[in-house]
Amino acid sequence: MSELDRIRWQCRRGLLELDLILNRFLEREFETLPAGQLALFKELLGEADTLLLAWVMGQEEAPERYMPMIRKLQVL
Amino acid sequence: MGISTRQFDAVVVGAGGSGLRAALQLAEANLRVAVLSKVFPTRSHTVAAQGGVSASLGNEEPDNWHWHMYDTVKGSDYLGDQDAIEFMCRKANEAVIELEHYGMPFDRLDNGKIYQRPFGGHTSNYGERAVKRACAAADRTGHAMLHTLYQRNVRAKTQFFVEWMALDLIRNQAGDVLGVVAMEMETGEVTILHAKATLLATGGAGRIYAASTNAFINTGDGLGMAARAGIPLEDMEFWQFHPTGVAGAGVLITEGVRGEGGFLLNKNGERFMERYAPTVKDLASRDVVSRAMATEIKEGRGAGKDSDHILLKLDHLGADVIDKRLPGIREIAIKFANVDPAKDPIPVVPTCHYMMGGIPTNMHGQVLAGHNGGAIVKGLYAAGECACVSVHGANRLGTNSLLDLLVFGKASGEQVVKDLASDALAYQDLPKDAADLSLSRLARLDSAKSGEDVAEVGAEMRRTMQLHCGVFRFPDGLAEGVRRMQEVGKRAGSLYVKDKSKVFNTARVEALELENLVEVAMSTMVSANARQESRGAHDRSDFPDRNDAQWMKHTFWYKENDRLEYRPVNLKPLTVESFEPKARVY
Ligand SMILES: Cc1cc2nc3c(=O)[nH]c(=O)nc-3n(C[C@H](O)[C@H](O)[C@H](O)COP(=O)(O)OP(=O)(O)OC[C@H]3O[C@@H](n4cnc5c(N)ncnc54)[C@H](O)[C@@H]3O)c2cc1C
Repeated sequence: MSELDRIRWQCRRGLLELDLILNRFLEREFETLPAGQLALFKELLGEADTLLLAWVMGQEEAPERYMPMIRKLQVL
Repeated sequence: MGISTRQFDAVVVGAGGSGLRAALQLAEANLRVAVLSKVFPTRSHTVAAQGGVSASLGNEEPDNWHWHMYDTVKGSDYLGDQDAIEFMCRKANEAVIELEHYGMPFDRLDNGKIYQRPFGGHTSNYGERAVKRACAAADRTGHAMLHTLYQRNVRAKTQFFVEWMALDLIRNQAGDVLGVVAMEMETGEVTILHAKATLLATGGAGRIYAASTNAFINTGDGLGMAARAGIPLEDMEFWQFHPTGVAGAGVLITEGVRGEGGFLLNKNGERFMERYAPTVKDLASRDVVSRAMATEIKEGRGAGKDSDHILLKLDHLGADVIDKRLPGIREIAIKFANVDPAKDPIPVVPTCHYMMGGIPTNMHGQVLAGHNGGAIVKGLYAAGECACVSVHGANRLGTNSLLDLLVFGKASGEQVVKDLASDALAYQDLPKDAADLSLSRLARLDSAKSGEDVAEVGAEMRRTMQLHCGVFRFPDGLAEGVRRMQEVGKRAGSLYVKDKSKVFNTARVEALELENLVEVAMSTMVSANARQESRGAHDRSDFPDRNDAQWMKHTFWYKENDRLEYRPVNLKPLTVESFEPKARVY
């Protein structure tokens, strides 16, 4: 539980766009995320805001391993 | 009740550009420094800055700090203090070059010097023509600045307390500040950080508005802490707005859209800018466009079921032109407004961007105790967007904020080093009740079995601010706004959160943040209601002109009884002649 709460807080970012996208994710997908993807999501949150946003907006190509998560964020 | 206490020479609250720059000064002087941040330092809101940082380096064309100073004074609509403005503009080159030496990846010219680009309001020869003064690192200037300063701090052994939230200042009988009470989010535990010097660098508070470009962390915590400790807030009626943020989301839609031929419509499909600015129409200056939009909404011609926004139409440009000339706009609109602008108009509203006011300080970052004279709060310093020096006065020039962070971050750090060396500051005994205020705030939240919903009260505050104290202000709106904010303030006194857990309890954090936002919103509404003129970003329908005879003065709001006092603007620079007030036309 506490780990999920930590991740929830780490969805607070320096860019408004990411706050909005990640908040939607928290509301709609987070609770039902399989454990494997949760680890990936957590790792993704460790990335820099500017990169993360460029990946989600399709302006830059994300590393292959992040793609399953990025795709989820893109369709939200 | 035993609360753990830790001692540091200095505690810096905030790890954005200003906090990191200040901390570096302290750590490199071998002081023991603790830097607190709600989020990982490089995720501070400074990361959002794209445009650049101003400095009259003159790398591209002749430039000098006198011209920069003139632009800043004029931009401030003559509310900026000219001594502080001279100080900032003179220090700009050094500040930027220092950052370059720290490894900041600025864009460069072929000759290796820092590349500079033009930015609104920056001119050469006292307003003659646009000048290239903004230094940038691609469109990631803020990001690069944070990373550069963070690395440098790590090297200097600054101690970071990440995911710690400062709750309140500790002030003794004499009024001196002895540190802060803070909560570690991971455990919910409260700790006293006992310090000789405390520096607030908590950034902006744009989340008081329904429409805001600011990230969720911008909740004005430092201002709330100051207000609760009896310290006034200065010039809080001045907030910069951007005309086109996505309604409901706040994400910016570049002004380039109107430049490329997009235009604004009201709910009747009327291109209303033709009425407000018959020749330039949608290309009128920011304030004219924002004011027209606000007037349309106020008079019931806003679009949508609540008639609360304006439509930005660009489908007539065609998908090809949109994709080619306005890259990224379609993705932004689809993602945040849920419309494809190649088919449908984007709902937009004037959107809050930057807070000019803040915790009053002098040029050395020392916090002023009141509106009278230069008396300071011993042990307390502030820098960055949370502070009001005041260099931005009634309106900030683009790229001057990052400069403010660097110059006054460093200056306040230097002042702390000096005060510690001269024994002006030492550890003082903590009062017995040092943590009581914070503990009682937490205890109330933890024990409440019912009360006001945080999201609801927050939404009511944001709506009230947007409607009654937005980009264009109407007299009946302001008076009613004060009444409504008093209501909101009462409700915020009895917030209730269901989740009583301690570990990363985001709901509890949001309740604490809302208490801070409400102080900021209240000070804004009350200060705006009292200022009977239009100056810079404070634009009133009933007092359309600037009134220098009566209002060339800074507002000081005190939380107790919402008292207002005033302090004259300092028109006297340090070494040069004063810039006398003139009409501000561009
Ligand atoms: C979209 C956007 C673009 C911009 N572009 C530019 C630009 O191009 N040029 C320019 O000059 N300006 C720009 N600005 C303005 C500028 O970015 C900000 O004014 C500036 O970055 C603020 O920096 P700061 O150090 O004061 O605060 P921030 O960077 O906001 O940092 C605040 C810090 O305080 C911490 N904090 C807050 N409360 C607490 C608490 N209670 N306890 C512990 N820590 C706390 C946060 O975690 C964070 O580390 C822009 C602003 C926006 C919104």
